[in-house]
Formats: sequence, C-alpha cells, structure tokens
Amino acid sequence: MNAQATALQDPRLNRPDPFTPPLGDGGFFQRDRSIHPPAHAPGYKSSVLRSPRQALLSLENSVSEITGPVFGHNDLGPLDNDLIRNYAKDGDPVGERIIVHGRVLDETGRGVPNTLVEFWQANAGGRYRHKKDTYLAPVDPNFGGCGRALTDDTGYYYFRTVKPGPYPWRNYVNSWRPAHIHFSVFGSGFAQRLITQMYFEGDPLIPVCPILTTIPDKDALDRLVAPLDLNASTPFDSLAYRFDIVLRGQRSTYFENRTAGN
Amino acid sequence: MPQPLNYLKETASQTAGPYVHIGLIPAMAGFDIFEKNFSNVLVTPNTKGERITLEGRVLDGAGSPLRDVLLEIWQANAAGRYNHPADRSVAALEQEFRGWGRAGSDFDSGLVTFETIKPGAITDKTGRKCAPHVNVWIVARGINIGLNTRLYFSDEEAANAADPVLNLIEQPARRSTLIAKRSERAGKVVYSFTINLQGPEETVFFDV
Repeated sequence: MNAQATALQDPRLNRPDPFTPPLGDGGFFQRDRSIHPPAHAPGYKSSVLRSPRQALLSLENSVSEITGPVFGHNDLGPLDNDLIRNYAKDGDPVGERIIVHGRVLDETGRGVPNTLVEFWQANAGGRYRHKKDTYLAPVDPNFGGCGRALTDDTGYYYFRTVKPGPYPWRNYVNSWRPAHIHFSVFGSGFAQRLITQMYFEGDPLIPVCPILTTIPDKDALDRLVAPLDLNASTPFDSLAYRFDIVLRGQRSTYFENRTAGN
Repeated sequence: MPQPLNYLKETASQTAGPYVHIGLIPAMAGFDIFEKNFSNVLVTPNTKGERITLEGRVLDGAGSPLRDVLLEIWQANAAGRYNHPADRSVAALEQEFRGWGRAGSDFDSGLVTFETIKPGAITDKTGRKCAPHVNVWIVARGINIGLNTRLYFSDEEAANAADPVLNLIEQPARRSTLIAKRSERAGKVVYSFTINLQGPEETVFFDV
C-alpha cells in the first residue's frame, strides 16, 4: 500500500476513539546546534584539545533533563544585582555607569519566571578580580565584578554595573576580547542550562574576536550584541543596555501546576 | 508563503572562560562578596541517604587535567525524586535537599569533588526504572557549549545493565566511561571518575 492510500483511509477504521491531540512529553525543543559555536573551533585555540570528537548521543528528555534546580530570593542578598555597590569599600568603582536589563524568554516567546541569572565581568580597565588574571591594568578596589538576579514573573531581570573594558589574551599575539559580560542562566530544566556572553553595540573588536567568531550564524552572533537603550537610561546617572536571553522552548505536558510550558 | 511560525531562536552559547569562578564561585577567584554562596556540598545534616564523595578529573586531548573547569551536578534524592515540580513520581520529596551543586577544579591537581548522597533509582515516563545516576554539566575555557554527561555507580551492576540510557550507547565498551568506581577511604565512600574530552576513552556526552 502506498502512502497516499494510507492517508485517504478513513481514520475511524483504525482508531475507535475520537482523536485527541497527543499529550506533550514536557521535553525541550531539540537544540539547533547550527546557531551555536562548534565544540572544535581551531581559531579559538583552547577549543582544540577540549572538544569531544565523538558524536553527541541524542537523548529523549526524561525527568532527569526536564527538571532542574529551583532558586529563590532566599539564595540572594539585597545587593547582589548592584555591582556598583556590592563590593564598594571606600567609594564607587571607576567606569561608565550602566544598567543592563532584559528578559529571559523561551523559544515560544514566553518569559521564564523566577530563574537565576548570574553575571561576571572585568572592571572598566579590562582587569578581572581573579587570582589567575595577570593583565597589567589595575584591579579596582571598589569593584568585585559579579552579581546575580532572579527573574520576575514575566522573566524580567536587571542589574547595575560599570561598563567592562576590553583586554588582551593569549590566542594570537595580538588578540583582544571585546568588552563583554558573562551570563549564566538556568531556566526550569537542566537541559536549558546556558552560559553566554553579552557584547556592546558598536564595539569594533566584535568582528575580529576569535571567540565570538566561532559562532557560524551571523544572526546568532548579532543576538549577543546588546543595543544602547536610551529610554531605559537614568538621566545624569547611568546609560542602559538591553539584553534578552532565549532559552530552549518546551513541549507542554499533561502535568498540572507546571512552572513552564502550558 | 505560509504563515510564519515566529519561534524565537535560542541564544548562542559562549565559553565560560578561565575566570568563571568570579561569577559562580567567587571564593575560588580569591575574594568574598556574596552573603550566600553555592557550593559542592549538597547535603545537610538532615539529608537522607548514603553519604558519598564524588571525586574526579576532566582530562583534555593530551591527557592533562583541566585545572580551570567547572562542573555542576543535578540529581534525585535517595528515594529517587528530583526536587522540582515536573517530577510527579510518588517517591518522597525532601524540600531541604535541592539536589544541585557546583564545583571548580583544584588549580593545581584538577580534582573536582562533591559531597552528596547516592541518588535512588528513578522511574521514567513509561514506568521503567532507570539506574541511579547523577547528571553532569561541564564548562570551561575552550569549551564553547556546556557538555552534558552522566555518572552511574559501579556497585549498581544489575541496574546499570538494564538502564535505558546506558543501553542506547552502541559500543558496550563506551558505557564504562560513565561508571564512577566505588571505594572506601578512611571510612568514607568515594566514587571516582575520569571525564576524557577526547581519545580512545572519550567519555560519552549527550545532546539532551
């Protein structure tokens, strides 16, 4: 029997019950790896020895993947989203004061509520407060360079900081990172876990960065660049940049009281 | 043209970089900033189950340990229940046991450790028992997108042999890359693991 004949057959002959839509399994939409940097990206030299060579084994999402850690306001302190104040010793840190804000969404466009967003960055001179960073730019005594926030019911988050500086790194002899802020995001299931970096509109180092250019898809790269958001700026105080983060979407389930999906 | 579906696209991953500790484990970067910190200790005095230490290294393609890697684990409690509303199993929930922890590797030895409990077997959607396991997520400088793998337990031979995920691995020899080996050290139970990013013993990584 060919496919056409099958399609024309009265479905009731094989299906005694009225058709109802299949129940979702709560799994996440398959990750589109073509918009992510490949594990092995020789232009970013550190990836060469740190990239698996075997094919990844695709797993149908089970309860192990659709669940993940749940965080609450009890996990955070009151200054955690204020990098201008959360390490200040005797004044404000040096640098351009900025607000970074946006929403954590999933691929269906829904906000991801109550999810933990963590961020870290270099100071205005491009130096990290890290015992392994030896760049000659000075550490800022009033800047730690990290913070975190929980998204609200709509997936919205915000924090205040100073704009990080670019810095040199050992890839090629003259490789420089564009100014960037690292982001770590959880979502509702462990399979949504994501670390990425936010860049700043107009930075001339973006097109020559060996890390950023590992991303094969131009649009995906552009989505890591936060535009200046003058409307969200605080006059005479801080500029603002907007950065939305999209996590994988999720099929609905028959479960009640879901925290994600519908 | 058909109607557009208008799905958004996932944000692209970027490496966590060498200074991931600043944001996720600031004490390892060398400073103290948050009132409350996440750690590699998942247990509290009230946690039910067998106390275990997970201890291992992540090796690069030259066989050298990564000394700037960060691992997170996500696991069920001793009864086999994840602390998340999407786990609707009847196994008992322990509100105090989050089931998640993170650890950076030692800057000299590359050793990564977690203090946790051995999780119970979980039941999948179709009612099958899945062998006890810990879900692992790995990020570091040079890792462009987080790597997902699992750790199973060497003393669960029968459960491992029946586990639907282990049985998806085509080459039986590769299944052993996910098995942490049990031993006892000074009266404590230690499960040891090695995650090989490349080479003949390359660990099985999942596209979850």
